[in-house]
Amino acid sequence: MDLTYTEEEQDFRARLRAWLAKVLPELPARPSPDDWPGRRAYDLGWQRRLYEAGYAGLHWPVDAGGRGATPTQHLIFLEETERAGAPYVGANFVGLLHAGPTIAAEGTAAQRARWLPPVLRGDEVWCQGFSEPDAGSDLASLRTRAVRDGDDYVISGSKIWTSHAEVADWCELLVRTDPDAPKHRGITWLAMPMDAPGVTVRPLRTLAGSTEFAEMFLDDVRVPVADRVGAENDGWRVTMVTLSFERGTAFVGEVVACRRTLGELARTAKANGRWDDPVLRRRLGRLYGEFGALWRLTQWNVSEAGRSAGGVPGIGGSVFKLAYSHARQELYDTAAEVLGAQSLSLEEEWTLDRLSSLSYTIAAGTSQIQRNIVAERILGLPKGR
Amino acid sequence: MDFQPTEDQKDLRAGVRDLLAGRYGREALRASLDTGTAVDRGLWRELGAAGFFALRLPESEGGVGLGLPEAVLVFEEAGRALVPGPLVATHLAAGVVPGAAAGTAVVSAFDLGGRLVAHLGEADAVLGASAVPAGEPVRSVDPLTPLHRVASYGGGGDGNGRSVGDCSAFREAGALLTAALQLGSALRTVELAVRYAGEREQFGQPIGAFQAVKHLCAGMLVRAEVARTAVYAAAVTQDPGEVAAAKLLADGAAVGNARDCLQVHGGMGFTWEADVHLHLKRAWVRSEQWRTAGEAEELLAQELLGSAG
Ligand SMILES: Cc1cc2nc3c(=O)[nH]c(=O)nc-3n(C[C@H](O)[C@H](O)[C@H](O)COP(=O)(O)OP(=O)(O)OC[C@H]3O[C@@H](n4cnc5c(N)ncnc54)[C@H](O)[C@@H]3O)c2cc1C
Repeated sequence: MDLTYTEEEQDFRARLRAWLAKVLPELPARPSPDDWPGRRAYDLGWQRRLYEAGYAGLHWPVDAGGRGATPTQHLIFLEETERAGAPYVGANFVGLLHAGPTIAAEGTAAQRARWLPPVLRGDEVWCQGFSEPDAGSDLASLRTRAVRDGDDYVISGSKIWTSHAEVADWCELLVRTDPDAPKHRGITWLAMPMDAPGVTVRPLRTLAGSTEFAEMFLDDVRVPVADRVGAENDGWRVTMVTLSFERGTAFVGEVVACRRTLGELARTAKANGRWDDPVLRRRLGRLYGEFGALWRLTQWNVSEAGRSAGGVPGIGGSVFKLAYSHARQELYDTAAEVLGAQSLSLEEEWTLDRLSSLSYTIAAGTSQIQRNIVAERILGLPKGR
Repeated sequence: MDFQPTEDQKDLRAGVRDLLAGRYGREALRASLDTGTAVDRGLWRELGAAGFFALRLPESEGGVGLGLPEAVLVFEEAGRALVPGPLVATHLAAGVVPGAAAGTAVVSAFDLGGRLVAHLGEADAVLGASAVPAGEPVRSVDPLTPLHRVASYGGGGDGNGRSVGDCSAFREAGALLTAALQLGSALRTVELAVRYAGEREQFGQPIGAFQAVKHLCAGMLVRAEVARTAVYAAAVTQDPGEVAAAKLLADGAAVGNARDCLQVHGGMGFTWEADVHLHLKRAWVRSEQWRTAGEAEELLAQELLGSAG
């Protein structure tokens, strides 16, 4: 049990910190959630700067265009960028955090060469077309069909809740290629260009008022067979790789941001007199302790991953996601208590964050599904009938 | 940074687990319950001989010379086995009270609020007091933690009406090691619940196949894992805020998990026969020792206010 960093790691941290201190003051504010094209340009601009400074794809394997950094260096990167208030991956989320790593792990050399550099350089945005109107938690029951026609698949069906679909260039798409096989065995993982004829994107408004996700309608969309990742009908296995990346590392940096937010909240409470309420004060103290422990949990998981081969995060990510998503909601509910009636104003940043925190126990697998995973796959409890 | 136990640390933990399984397994636990023997002097000396109390004493003073991380792993095992007695106070007294390091002395402490002292009747010394004070026995919620009420408690209060005697110097380590005991108990009750859920059948299938039961068990694991990292991290950094968080989260995990474990056991859980109530009652006792939830939260709140963010 060692929480100290090596000289090399401290060096890395110092250089990163110095670089952030130089570039962040020049950065304008991120455009509002009403302006997704603006946000795309902003997020990709930030990605380009990371790329030029040598910080893109830090934890990706070198032969996938990454820097082959250790999990600990990646953790330092997430910690320092969040601490400095640097922009988050934003629109580049899917490409950098799960489609990219999936292609790096499962794609052919040609596929890696085609798709990975533009993600790292900040040229192309990916989205995730997994969920369907009738296939959410029960993802394997998806119905979008793909039929072989020469060198193409011809796809028809629809997807829903596709984040950033409006501004994406590519979609990691799950399709059914064998309707007669058992439901987990007939699925295939494809890369679909979003500008292909037959793709229609219809924005959905979130409860926070923005259009960060969309419905997607696919009418005879043609995707070359060469753009399939993994074997035909082996898409469920590839999907498990994608989901473990999604749950394993995607929220790590945010824990640091939550600690910072709590500090601001405490000072706000001090200023508006709410700090004198011992119940509220203790609740803030408890949350501070919890987020501290969650940060340590990420260090624990990263150390564990560092010792295991392969680099695909383990299902411990489900334990983290469960604890974190509920703590995050509690944090913003507490913020509302500190603010009182002011929390009803949409001009308050905390109010928008409170609204968006509601998605954390749903997106990337609901809490109920995570508990099933923990109970069956970690604790070994029997599957229900 | 490698925040996993080293091989040596894992071996130490496994060794203590084996020792306790052999020397204080379930039958021994039930026997001490039947006879009302909270402190078994023979076991105490064996723990002493194994280095349980002298673990952190320097080798030059006859100790093992290990640190808090190792002590935490060892106490986690004691918590899992539900070993009764003032383990933490005796460990803290090693090098201070003669015989504590070797386990020939039983040492209690003024670690509870008010005037209650645990294990006073069996104590050769009380940490922070020059002599063992007189006390009136009080019927205790935990059958293996006898309590006495003392007339005076040997030191000034801490301003919140709680008396800590002269124990304040031991407070951080006391809170952390108590948290480690809580952690062991929390991990043990997950195991007990999962095992029962896999065996007990209703409606023609194991109750563990029912999602309501599964989700209780999954929630228990999440609580225990978050507490585990908090306790281990606090042992490594010894930061007062992290120690407070560790105690807070471990108290919550031990009490919450024992409650959920009891629920999973149904009517059986409400009987004297099941061990769950012993975990719950001990967890309640430990929640009052060294640092309560309210105190930990206040400490963390002050630290939060001063944090740079
Ligand atoms: C902000 C946001 C962004 C998203 N982005 C994307 C994206 O980019 N790409 C994408 O593909 N998807 C995306 N999703 C979809 C997300 O993955 C699904 O919403 C999620 O998996 C739940 O599926 P569902 O919405 O169909 O709910 P349902 O599966 O219908 O669930 C409804 C309720 O039933 C419960 N339930 C369902 N099955 C069980 C069960 N077996 N046991 C117990 N309870 C159960 C659920 O927990 C939930 O409470 C996003 C969702 C959100 C909220």
